[in-house]
Amino acid sequence: MTRTSRLSYFSLYLLWILFFVITPVALIVYQSFFNLNHQFTLQNYRDYLSSSVYLRMTLNSFIFAFLITLLTLLISYPAAYYLTRLKHRQLWILLIILPTWINLLLKAYAFIGIFSQAGSVNHFLTFIGIGPQQILFTNMSFVLVAAYIQIPFMILPIYNSLVDIDPAIINASHDLGANNVQTLWRVIIPMSANGVRSGVQSVFIPSLSLFMITRLIGGNRVITLGTAIEEHFLTTMNWGMGSTIGVVLIIIMFITMMLTASRRKGGVKR
Amino acid sequence: MQSPETILELQHIYKSFDDFVALDNINIKLDQGKFYSFLGPSGSGKTTVLRIVAGLILADRGKVLFDGQDISKLPAEKRKVNTVFQNYALFPHLNVFDNVAFGLRLKRMPQDELQERVMQALKTIQLNGYEDRMISELSGGQQQRVAIARAIVNEPRLLLLDESLSALDQKLRQQMQYELRSLQQRLGITFLFVTHDQEEALAMSDEIIVMNEGRIQQSGTPVDIYDEPINHFVANFIGESNIVPGTMIRDYEVEFVGKRFECADAGMRDHEPVEVVLRPEDITVTTPNQGKLVVSVDSQLFRGDHFEITSHDEDGNEWLIHATNSIEDRDKVGLSFSPNALHVMRFGEKEADFDRRLSEYEGDES
Repeated sequence: MTRTSRLSYFSLYLLWILFFVITPVALIVYQSFFNLNHQFTLQNYRDYLSSSVYLRMTLNSFIFAFLITLLTLLISYPAAYYLTRLKHRQLWILLIILPTWINLLLKAYAFIGIFSQAGSVNHFLTFIGIGPQQILFTNMSFVLVAAYIQIPFMILPIYNSLVDIDPAIINASHDLGANNVQTLWRVIIPMSANGVRSGVQSVFIPSLSLFMITRLIGGNRVITLGTAIEEHFLTTMNWGMGSTIGVVLIIIMFITMMLTASRRKGGVKR
Repeated sequence: MQSPETILELQHIYKSFDDFVALDNINIKLDQGKFYSFLGPSGSGKTTVLRIVAGLILADRGKVLFDGQDISKLPAEKRKVNTVFQNYALFPHLNVFDNVAFGLRLKRMPQDELQERVMQALKTIQLNGYEDRMISELSGGQQQRVAIARAIVNEPRLLLLDESLSALDQKLRQQMQYELRSLQQRLGITFLFVTHDQEEALAMSDEIIVMNEGRIQQSGTPVDIYDEPINHFVANFIGESNIVPGTMIRDYEVEFVGKRFECADAGMRDHEPVEVVLRPEDITVTTPNQGKLVVSVDSQLFRGDHFEITSHDEDGNEWLIHATNSIEDRDKVGLSFSPNALHVMRFGEKEADFDRRLSEYEGDES
């Protein structure tokens, strides 16, 4: 009785998973084995693995995703740590979540305005005597904007793991002779590792397949797996090859998740 | 006999949190190698004292002297004091060994010496063989022991214990009381124990410091404090007692509930208004003729090792009695007590004056 009722609650979600997760993934895998003439073939994978263009693209995506994640982490960890010590924490958290409610495209267009030749950043650079620079369509602006968009998804899990730390444990660390830096390295960072892990997961994996920001902010100079998939599906119409890259991306995502998964078995609870 | 060395001295310590005065002029000296308990209800300031000694918070005014040196402004990590925290505050990401080794690693102690010291500490608290366990795999009592080992492995000269037994169940708590006491005597470290549990303080301490409303009410040995409380608060907080208003007629004679009784106190003004303390276990039940007071019984509760009897006399004063047997005839019962059982308290007497008066008239007797 309870089992069946529990199953019926779950069935809607199961249907959702079936139609919108399992079926699309199966379709992509299936499609990746067909060439332009709808013949079954392994040629797409052979092409992918033998082409320096695709391999460089993969490496590129990796490097960009890594840089974006690193920058996001470097900004988010201190910010999250500082947040836990503020008075009106709920308000500050709301202010951090707020930008995520705004459409991604709108934010990207806003940055185009800010970074363009006649934009506010170049106005400022002219004002202090450096003169206008090419900012838009550079690797740096791409990484910066991607990091800006991802920061809330990094701050929140880290913040949550930091507020979970009992202040008495910090006191105990000081009491045993650790100064602030030692307490940070030996207690606070290890104890917030789970938050960092889930933050890295939720930033690194989406960063691998960015394509909108890549186009709008990075111009066509930055080519990643995300932009390659878009190209194959919408421009060259080579769905087989696009699906192959998609499969590669999915495999990379699984590997990333396995690498960043909590190491301790049985999940030690606090 | 050599006078023991002072390890810690607090001079005129004041501390406020916003409008709340947590500590109001605390002065105390702790001797090396003794077991001290700060005892008081919640909000009395006892934990604030501990945190100021540990360096986790700083006093607004006053001095903390450790071994004669002013450490008032020294941060916690530089003080040679270790703490056993209320909920143990063990590091959940480290196993038992690494928890205990935490302080020694910070001192960059060589590996083999560190290994030996940690093992020794675990042996002291009877947890050898548990090195590789995670904290979450331990019971409350075991966590308590690890917290103690983590503190004593650093060989502090003063160990602070913050309500350290209050999270344990009754049986385990009593066992830990014995263990703490014997550990303290074995190590010869000064213990400063903070508790709201008067039985715990009475059982373990060399000296008890009773606190209320940010002030030290009285300090002394458990027997002194129990037998000769300085005021209404201490008499009420330590053990159970009957406290009645009275008048000191002259030395060694006090009047209450309209009768005059012989007592053991002196050194007050004649006809001074006072309060009289009579402990329930010092009252003996007898026949109405032989009793100094005659009461009728309201209720009797069996408490295992004694009966707790509430009663009232003709004037409506309530009397609490602890007796080994229950009372059969409940209407008229005589209560008897020796002059020594009566303890007379003056209103608003300072601790120094109280001690001086006590030593004066006790000197008379001998």
